Amino acid sequence: MNLRRDVFQAIADPTRRAILLLIATQAMTAGTIASNFNTARPTVSRHLQILTECELLTQEQSGREIYYHLNPAKMKDIADFIEPFRQSWEDRFNKLEAVMKKYKNNR
Amino acid sequence: MEKKTTVHADPGKQELIITRTFDLPVALLFKAYEDPEIVEQWMGTKVLQLENREHGSWRFETSYEGNVVFSANGVILEFVPGEKITRTFKMENTDFPVQLEFLEFEKLTDSTSKLTMHIIMRSVAFRDQLLKMPFAHGINMAHDRLQQIADSLK
Repeated sequence: MNLRRDVFQAIADPTRRAILLLIATQAMTAGTIASNFNTARPTVSRHLQILTECELLTQEQSGREIYYHLNPAKMKDIADFIEPFRQSWEDRFNKLEAVMKKYKNNR
Repeated sequence: MEKKTTVHADPGKQELIITRTFDLPVALLFKAYEDPEIVEQWMGTKVLQLENREHGSWRFETSYEGNVVFSANGVILEFVPGEKITRTFKMENTDFPVQLEFLEFEKLTDSTSKLTMHIIMRSVAFRDQLLKMPFAHGINMAHDRLQQIADSLK
């Protein structure tokens, strides 16, 4: 098990993204999730394991069943991850805007 | 405050789209990309070459205390004044492969405009790596790192 697994590697896989979308509306068991895909059950289990390792999913025991939930905090981390990149462009474009306003006024 | 700059990066794709609305007429926005002296001002880099034409080339270099800390180059594939620039971008002395950039300049009103930068990377992995390095594409990278080092020495 790779505990340092990259969360972005995890969501790069189309099946795993589909699983996240599926679970976003309601918690499901592994069996229910697998029934939504044509993929073999062990493959789906492997996807669930990876998503759980990345903390994108959390497991909850309910009687004899284990339900998978989406972890909204981790999903937010993904959105936040782009923020420094976005901010660096924002700063650069702010500079561009300021430079051009000054240029316009000096003409 | 409203976010003027947006970054759109779908998981599993090797592209990203950056958009920005400017409180500038589109002609002035375009000029900021066309005029080497102005590019130097807002990018904070030295423009060694900028041939604004099809099959032209460009090269930027940033020095800090006499040492080159960032350099990038590319070729210009399309150049339509006031409308679009298509170019390649290669960061020198890094593992990043060359990337393709489509820059589109759009008039919104007489005094506002929009820039759309569509960047295509060689692979999804490189796209994600770029996103993880906030300053990778920019010229500020080296400066910021040096600033951090300088601050830590104080």
